[in-house]
Amino acid sequence: MKQSVFYRIKRNKVYLLLLLPALLYYLLFHYIPMFGIVVSFMDYNLFKGIWHSPWVGLKHYRMFFSNPDAWLIVRNTLLLGLYKFIFGFPAPIVLAILFYEMRWKKFRRFVQSVSYLPFFLSSVVLSSIMIMLLSPSTGWINKAIQSLGYEPINFLQRPEWFRTIYIASDIWQSTGYGTIIFLAALAAIDPQLYEAARMDGANRWKQTLHVTLPGIVPAIVIMFIMSISGIINIPFDKAFLIGNAGNMDTADILSTYVYRIGILGGSMSYATAINLSLGVVTFLLVYLTNVTSRKVGETSLW
Amino acid sequence: MVRKGKIGAFDVVNFVLLLLVAITMVFPFLHMASVAISTPEHVVRNEISFFPKGLQFNALQAVFEDKRLWIGYRNTIGYVILGLFISMALTITSAYALSRRGLVFYKPIMLYIVFTMMFHGGMIPFYLVARSYGLIDTIWAMVLPNAIVTVWLIVMRTFFSGLPVEVEESGRIDGLSDFTVLTRIVMPLSKPVLLTIGMFYTVAIWNDFQAALLLLREPNLFPLQLVIRNLVVVGQAGDVLEATTKDGQKVILESLKYGVILLGCLPILIIYPFIQKHFEQGAMIGSVKG
Repeated sequence: MKQSVFYRIKRNKVYLLLLLPALLYYLLFHYIPMFGIVVSFMDYNLFKGIWHSPWVGLKHYRMFFSNPDAWLIVRNTLLLGLYKFIFGFPAPIVLAILFYEMRWKKFRRFVQSVSYLPFFLSSVVLSSIMIMLLSPSTGWINKAIQSLGYEPINFLQRPEWFRTIYIASDIWQSTGYGTIIFLAALAAIDPQLYEAARMDGANRWKQTLHVTLPGIVPAIVIMFIMSISGIINIPFDKAFLIGNAGNMDTADILSTYVYRIGILGGSMSYATAINLSLGVVTFLLVYLTNVTSRKVGETSLW
Repeated sequence: MVRKGKIGAFDVVNFVLLLLVAITMVFPFLHMASVAISTPEHVVRNEISFFPKGLQFNALQAVFEDKRLWIGYRNTIGYVILGLFISMALTITSAYALSRRGLVFYKPIMLYIVFTMMFHGGMIPFYLVARSYGLIDTIWAMVLPNAIVTVWLIVMRTFFSGLPVEVEESGRIDGLSDFTVLTRIVMPLSKPVLLTIGMFYTVAIWNDFQAALLLLREPNLFPLQLVIRNLVVVGQAGDVLEATTKDGQKVILESLKYGVILLGCLPILIIYPFIQKHFEQGAMIGSVKG
C-alpha cells in the first residue's frame, strides 16, 4: 500500500531537516555557478552585473574558435592529458605487481610507505620542489648533468620540457598511492591458480603474465574509465605554478588560459565560453567511454 | 603472496627496481633537508646530494624569523579547524539522512547531488558567484566553496547503510529519536570511516591553493600554500635574504627556499607514519561504487 507523500514527508521530517544544509550547499556552490554560464552569452561587465549586461549570443564562442590561440590551447590540453594518461595509467599497475611479487615483506612495507607519501604533498610544495631541483644554476639535476660533461638545461624555460616535467612529477606523486587499489585486487586472486600454473610448467614471469594480470583486469577497466575524464580535466594548480613566459607554448592549457583571460584579463564572458566548450567535450568523452566499456567489457561506472 | 622456491633472477630484478623506486621517492625530501641545513660553502659548490655537509642552521633560522610563514601557518590551521567542522557536519548529517531506508524523495535527491559530479560551471562563474556572496577576503572563502566532497559523502552514506539494523532497532526501543540514533549509534559505530574521511578533508583544506589564489587578496588571510608559492615560485624569498645579510649572516637563497618548502610540508612528514593506515583505507573506500 502506498502511503501519501505528505505522510512520508511528515514521517521523515527530521531526516529532511538534516539534509537541508547540504542541499543548500549544492544549490549555492554548484547549481547557481552552473547557471552562471549564461554570462558566456553576454558581454558581462562586473559593474553592470548579470541583470544589466547585454546579450550577445554566440559571439564569444565564435571568437574562441576563430582565434589561432584556441587550437594551440586545445592541443596543449589534449596532448598533456593524453601523455599523462599513457604514461601515468600503467605506472601503478606495474608497481603494484612489483610489490605483490616482493617476497621480503619488511622491505615491501617500507617501499610502500615511502611511495604513498608524496601523494599528500600540495601542488604548491610539489611544484616548488620541481622548480628547485630543475634550476639551471643551482638545481641538483643540472648539477648531475654537468658532472656527466653536458651543458646544463634550463628545463623550466623550455617549452619542449614542460610535458616531461609535468608528467614525471605526476608519476612521482601519485603512482605509489595508486597501487593500493590494484593491490587489493591482487590480494583477491586465488592462490590455487598459481599452483595450477606451476603444474603446467609456468615460470614466475609466465605466472605474472597469465595469472596475475588477468586477475586484475576488472580493476584495470574501472580505473581506466575513471581516468578518462582526466585527459581533459587537468587540474589548474600545477600547470599554473610550473608554467611561465618561457614555456608557455606548451604549458598554456585551458584552465590556465581561462584564469589569465578571465580573472587577470577581466574578459569573463569569453573565458566562460571557453570553459563551457571544454566541459561539453569532457562529458561526451566520459559518456562515450562508459557506453563502449559497458558493451565491450560488461563493466561500467553507472 | 608467499610462494615457495629459491630466490631467482626474478626476485633480484624486482628488489633492484623497488630499491630504485624507494630512492626516487625519498631523495627530494633528503636533498631538501640537507641543503636547508648545510653550510653555504658546500651549497654554493653544489656538493649536497643525500646528506648535509657542515651543519648550519642560519637558513632555517631566517625562515623561522619571517613573519609571513607564521601568518600562513596560523591561517591554515584556522581554516582547517573551521573547515573540518563545517565539512564533517554537512557530510555526516546528509549521509545519515540519505542512508535511511525508504527516505522520501531519495532518488531525486541523489540525482541532484550526483549530477554535480558531472557538470560544473567552471572557474569564472564560480568566481562571480563567490564574489556576489561576499566571500572575497573572508575566511569563508577557504571553507565554504568545497565544503562537501561528493565522493566522500557517497562513501559515508554507503557505510552508514551497511550498519546492522538490529542495533538501531534496539536503540529505538530504548527511546532514541531520529537524531539521537545518529549521535549515539551510527557515529560511534562508524569511527574508522569518519576518521578517514576527516583526514582527507584536512589534507584537502591544508593543501588548497586555488580558492586562495582566486578569492584572497589580503596578505593577512593568506594560507600557508599561497605564502610558500609567493616565497618560492614567485621568488619573494629574496626579501628575506636581503633582510638577513644585513646582520652579517651568510645565508644562501637556495637553502632559504628549501627551508620554506621543508617547513611547509613538515606537519605531513611528522604525522604521516601514524595515520598512514587510514589513508590506505581511504584509497579503498574511495573506489567503492556508491
